[in-house]
Amino acid sequence: MPNTSSGDLVDWIVGLLLLAGALLSVAAGVGLLRFPDALSRMHAATKPQILGLICVLAAVALEQGNWQTLLIIIPTLILQMITSPMSAHMIGRAGYRTGNYRRDLIYRDELEDDIERAAHRPE
Amino acid sequence: MSPRGPVRFQQAKGERKRGMGEQILEQLPLLVALVLLWLFLWGSFTVVDILMGIFVAVLVTRVFELPPVTLSGRFNPLWLIVFLVDFLWHVILGSIQVAALAFRFGRVAKSAVVEVNLETRSDFVMTLVAIATSLVPGSLILEVDRDKSTLFLHVIDADTPEKIEKARGDVILTERRLLRALGSRDELDRSDARCSAVKR
Repeated sequence: MPNTSSGDLVDWIVGLLLLAGALLSVAAGVGLLRFPDALSRMHAATKPQILGLICVLAAVALEQGNWQTLLIIIPTLILQMITSPMSAHMIGRAGYRTGNYRRDLIYRDELEDDIERAAHRPE
Repeated sequence: MSPRGPVRFQQAKGERKRGMGEQILEQLPLLVALVLLWLFLWGSFTVVDILMGIFVAVLVTRVFELPPVTLSGRFNPLWLIVFLVDFLWHVILGSIQVAALAFRFGRVAKSAVVEVNLETRSDFVMTLVAIATSLVPGSLILEVDRDKSTLFLHVIDADTPEKIEKARGDVILTERRLLRALGSRDELDRSDARCSAVKR
């Protein structure tokens, strides 16, 4: 650290980022428990966590302040961003197909309409 | 899955019969990305590392061979930055929204399954749109119809027609930004025509 005041500032930012990341993780956990069905729970399980991860990784990068850390952090973030939608999609798709969701909580279902249309389409 | 799926794959196979040079050129972005990942993970950039990275990248793409990812050949870094900033903004907004929903007591959030018809016919752009949409909290890809370039999303807290249209519009806007950054010219034109038609 070049001098104490800028070191303090960095520490504050790092602290805030870590706190934000932790809060988002808590929100994800609470959502996971409180949301009514599998599909809504997927939102809580995969989503606030991405911003949480960005916050925590940014905090680590700021704290370490060297490029070697950055080289590990960037692939971590990119791979996480590519893979987490896939798992969410696979679980969501399986949940929808097996009817593992509460129909009374779906306001409008355009996929059902589409399946309906496909079923009545003359081949 | 669908009658057109296998046909498309055959087209891709046919394309691979083109010259060796073109083949390498097509795979180049993927190979470069793999070599960079290798170097990043080792954290060093010596000649041996680079050669080893190239070897592993070629080996991996040969052993786990997939249909080549066809890029449009257009790339606009400025629009990519616009896309990324916009994307990050939506991620922040969405995170706050979903986090707030988790702590909201009383009313249960209703959701909707929304159909979005995309302009693009490129698998690559469609995948990127799907990933970007998935990463924004509040929307989840349930089903993809590749032949019709249609995504079906599960949108949380969408209990009015306006909210559904907003979710649809967001995805179409994401697609447009991505097309501007790396889509082909005529898909971008089609997307432009569609957006101006919607505005009227």
